[in-house]
Amino acid sequence: MLKVSDIDPKFKYEVSKVPGAENVLLCFQCGTCTADCPIARFNDFYRPRKLIRMVQLGLKNMLLSNEVIWLCSTCFTCIDHCPQDVGIADTVRVLRNLTAKEGKMPVVYRELASNILKTGYSYIIPELRRKKREKAGLPSLPKTNIESLAKLFDITGLSKILKRVGT
Amino acid sequence: MPKLKYLIFLGCVIPYRISSYEISARKVLDKLGIELIEMPEFNCCGFPLDPINHDMMLALAARNLCLAEQQNLDIVTLCNGCFGVLNHVNKELKEDEKIRKKVNGYLKGIGMKFRGTITVKHLIHVLAEDVGLKKLKDSVQKPLTPLRVAQHTGCHVVRPAKHAGFDDPENPAVLKSLIRVTGAECLNYMDETECCGAPIISVNDKIPLQMAREKLDHIRAVGAQALITICPFCHMMYDLNQPRIERTFNEKFGIPILHYPQLLGLAMGFCPEELALEQLRVDASKILTEVIAQK
Repeated sequence: MLKVSDIDPKFKYEVSKVPGAENVLLCFQCGTCTADCPIARFNDFYRPRKLIRMVQLGLKNMLLSNEVIWLCSTCFTCIDHCPQDVGIADTVRVLRNLTAKEGKMPVVYRELASNILKTGYSYIIPELRRKKREKAGLPSLPKTNIESLAKLFDITGLSKILKRVGT
Repeated sequence: MPKLKYLIFLGCVIPYRISSYEISARKVLDKLGIELIEMPEFNCCGFPLDPINHDMMLALAARNLCLAEQQNLDIVTLCNGCFGVLNHVNKELKEDEKIRKKVNGYLKGIGMKFRGTITVKHLIHVLAEDVGLKKLKDSVQKPLTPLRVAQHTGCHVVRPAKHAGFDDPENPAVLKSLIRVTGAECLNYMDETECCGAPIISVNDKIPLQMAREKLDHIRAVGAQALITICPFCHMMYDLNQPRIERTFNEKFGIPILHYPQLLGLAMGFCPEELALEQLRVDASKILTEVIAQK
């Protein structure tokens, strides 16, 4: 059962101040987003309408410990169809960012971040692949400026977040 | 008309595992007289990190945009994901002073500044708008007339509509007209605009595999001989993962998934090897025999 102490009445303001989630308070729960969501069709727990309601109610802890927030495939159908112009997928992104800030994220994101930090690419491209490119007559892959990327990881605060996760 | 020239933004997935897309795209663009300049020192577009840190996504995308500004060239991407992020961030930084200030604050640390002088395009914008359907039609030497295919435009090239500003996201038509130019018939099918599911496959593989199975099922139902894609993620879902889908659901599809430039390239007279058709996971030789047999 839900207790009053589970509610953080300021949470909706915390969320609606982030670009993309400004209109979260305007949601009137019509359910268009859930009806048109391809993920909701194949999963019994991911319901965008419900996530937005939980934000409005201030169920912060329940949201930030809920694994379903990582199921949005960012097809953006909900954003295009919302009659209230609520950035639903963007709001889910805000919830993910807040969860990550607490040091919680699916392992794949740690890997992607670490690959980008090491090589500039989100995957480690094997030497064999690079050689194959040459054989196929493709230009060699440029090397990025790793120092610049490391700086951006620090400046944006992602380095700190990743330390919290323990990469 | 002055020669069309772009910076090519490859992104990560294409060099990592979908070279056939790059090989075929470079072949057809070259034949159409388009010059591609390699993008120096680029990094991941930023899309994969948006879920964990929106500002890092902005910074990665903005760094790429600044590199293009230094070359004073528009970007062309082959990937819906890269296009979605780079185009959105480019527009947002041009239009929203508050966000631009914040991002320029990040960029200052690496000696860069966003100025807002270039445009981001996807391959299909270049083909449909800059080259134009007429010139494409003129480049067709061997119309693929007997071929019946279906298209999957994917998400980030058309959605969200307010950022993409291209085509009709409810009924995408551009890729269809690009397909018709080749002489092939483009079939309608159920739920054409449905997402491939690829972005969450590393978090939950059950859902995307069901989504992709359904798409293949709908395509088979109308008798399409191949599916045409314009994104490496979508392609991976339907081609690389097709054997896995077949095993998981104990169902045989065998539907070849071609990158659009492979289809166009065949119509332009390139041979299948030049377009890296043998690199596809699902064997395309059956449709190729049909295409070649009609000549």
